Amino acid sequence: MNAPTLYGLCAAALVGIGLFGLILHPTPLRKVISFNLVGCGTFLFFGIAARRGAGAGFTGDPVPQALVITGIVVAFAATALAVALILRMLEAGAATVDSRPEPPDDLSP
Amino acid sequence: MMPAQVTAPDGVLLVLALFLPAISLLAIFVLGLRRPERIALPTLAAGLVVALIVALQVGQSGQAATYRLGGWLPPLGITLRADGLSAALIAMAALILFVVAIYARGNFAGTAGGAESRQPMVFWTLLLGLATALNTVFLAQDLFSLFVALELLTFSAVPLVSLEGSRETLRAALRYLLFALAGSVLYLIGVALLYGAYGTLDIASLHQVTRADRATSIALGLMIAGLMAKAALFPLHLWLPPAHAGAPAPASAVLSALVVKAPFFLILRLWFDVAPQPQPAIAGTMLAVLGAASILVCSVLALRQARLKLMIAYSTVAQVGYLFLVFPLVMGSEAAVPWASIGWTGGVLQLVSHAFAKASMFLAAGLIAEAMGHDRIDDLGGAAQAVPISVAAFALAGLSLMGLPPAGGFVAKVMLLTAAVVTSNWWIAATILAGGLLAAGYVFRVIGKCFADPAEGAPPRNAVARSRELAVLSLAGVALLLGFLPLQPFAYLGIGQGGMP
Repeated sequence: MNAPTLYGLCAAALVGIGLFGLILHPTPLRKVISFNLVGCGTFLFFGIAARRGAGAGFTGDPVPQALVITGIVVAFAATALAVALILRMLEAGAATVDSRPEPPDDLSP
Repeated sequence: MMPAQVTAPDGVLLVLALFLPAISLLAIFVLGLRRPERIALPTLAAGLVVALIVALQVGQSGQAATYRLGGWLPPLGITLRADGLSAALIAMAALILFVVAIYARGNFAGTAGGAESRQPMVFWTLLLGLATALNTVFLAQDLFSLFVALELLTFSAVPLVSLEGSRETLRAALRYLLFALAGSVLYLIGVALLYGAYGTLDIASLHQVTRADRATSIALGLMIAGLMAKAALFPLHLWLPPAHAGAPAPASAVLSALVVKAPFFLILRLWFDVAPQPQPAIAGTMLAVLGAASILVCSVLALRQARLKLMIAYSTVAQVGYLFLVFPLVMGSEAAVPWASIGWTGGVLQLVSHAFAKASMFLAAGLIAEAMGHDRIDDLGGAAQAVPISVAAFALAGLSLMGLPPAGGFVAKVMLLTAAVVTSNWWIAATILAGGLLAAGYVFRVIGKCFADPAEGAPPRNAVARSRELAVLSLAGVALLLGFLPLQPFAYLGIGQGGMP
């Protein structure tokens, strides 16, 4: 097994664990952390694409690295926004911040 | 550094369309914290002028407008490009944003002498953020810029939902954000896979090289699934009704009319410009089945809502469902290119006419709620006397949702219906007809209540500014005018399509 394959499997595992948490954990904070895990897996994957020099046969392709930096900034901003919303919810007096669907307005006539 | 090279006479305007709202957003922080609308409103007016000039120039020259940033060619450089479809959509977005801004002066006017208040500042900066993000989605030509544009769109849209700061709206905003983040991370995985496979993210370059192999299918499947969550396609629509109903009326109007359309526009581009030809029929059918489920399930849910804004929000999910019917209709058509088929044109027209109708409907619902003091559908008696123009606008917009002549929604739905019959997709034809009937049910229910006699001992009505009512009516009027378009594919929307450089 060569290095890109190993890293690729790691990336796939990170994405898998993250998606599992994103879908199944009811608490928003865990969902935010899971989102970051999926993000990490994705960034690792960009790194592998760079290592393979997919673009033009270089030994290292700089474009995916530039994309990863932007991606990290975006993921950081998203995390900050989500945590800010969770904090505001607690300040507004929510007992829990579970994001389980609430019955009241959604389905009742 | 090479000087900026303009490849078409009107390319600079595209940059202007992107940067005007972005610069003005920053200017609010520097200059106008107290009266943010004094900066935002002229900017959105200028944005409308720019968008209309771009649309006219594209129509006159019959060519797409292109601008290459810094003169760098793809795949390394970033290109902005407005073909007929993009030009029509930026004009649509600019017009709706401008009218919403005129309306929102009533809700979010800054105070003249007092300290800066949080809500107006947040609303106007986010509105400008949305304008930037939408124009970027419609003009950008590489998948990563589109990712950044989608994120900017999400970050501008989510706080608009929780502008009131109540626990319910914060919860709705958080759920919206989590769905949107899951969607964008799936999209990003797809981008990584495509870059790994082809070494480029430029849509025009990908158009020529994509092969029908497993990596491409997985990448496109993940990207489309992520965008479906953002476009609120059934069963990923759970976040939309509480979010759109909880936002203040002008914010709901923009969210429902424009924000959910951006991810659909991207799916359209991935499907027709990136995916290897011919697209798998099973995937198109699956998207259409989910669209049909959106129409039927959410129209029935809309019928059962007690609150006016929740009803309109469910109607949004149903109307967005129509857009996803396009895929099998185009594949089954005999037209040489997708944009020459009546199904494609019907889908785009449905997108535009729903945007105008839904913006008008949410704004009208906002005025009705302001006048009556609540938005419980059962207690709306007397609304037709209190705010006659708003109720009229609501009814006109409703015509478009139902698909009755002479509204834009009528032309769109007749085109989709014709395409369904021609390609013998009978289940799609039946869904379109059933969706129209259900829409008639929920629109007439509200209008009937509005004309009922007011209840005994009802509280006095609040006055509503006439100019805001007229702004709402103008949007409904545009939705109506779209109904006078001819029932055939428009050459305008096909400008620059497929003719990838």
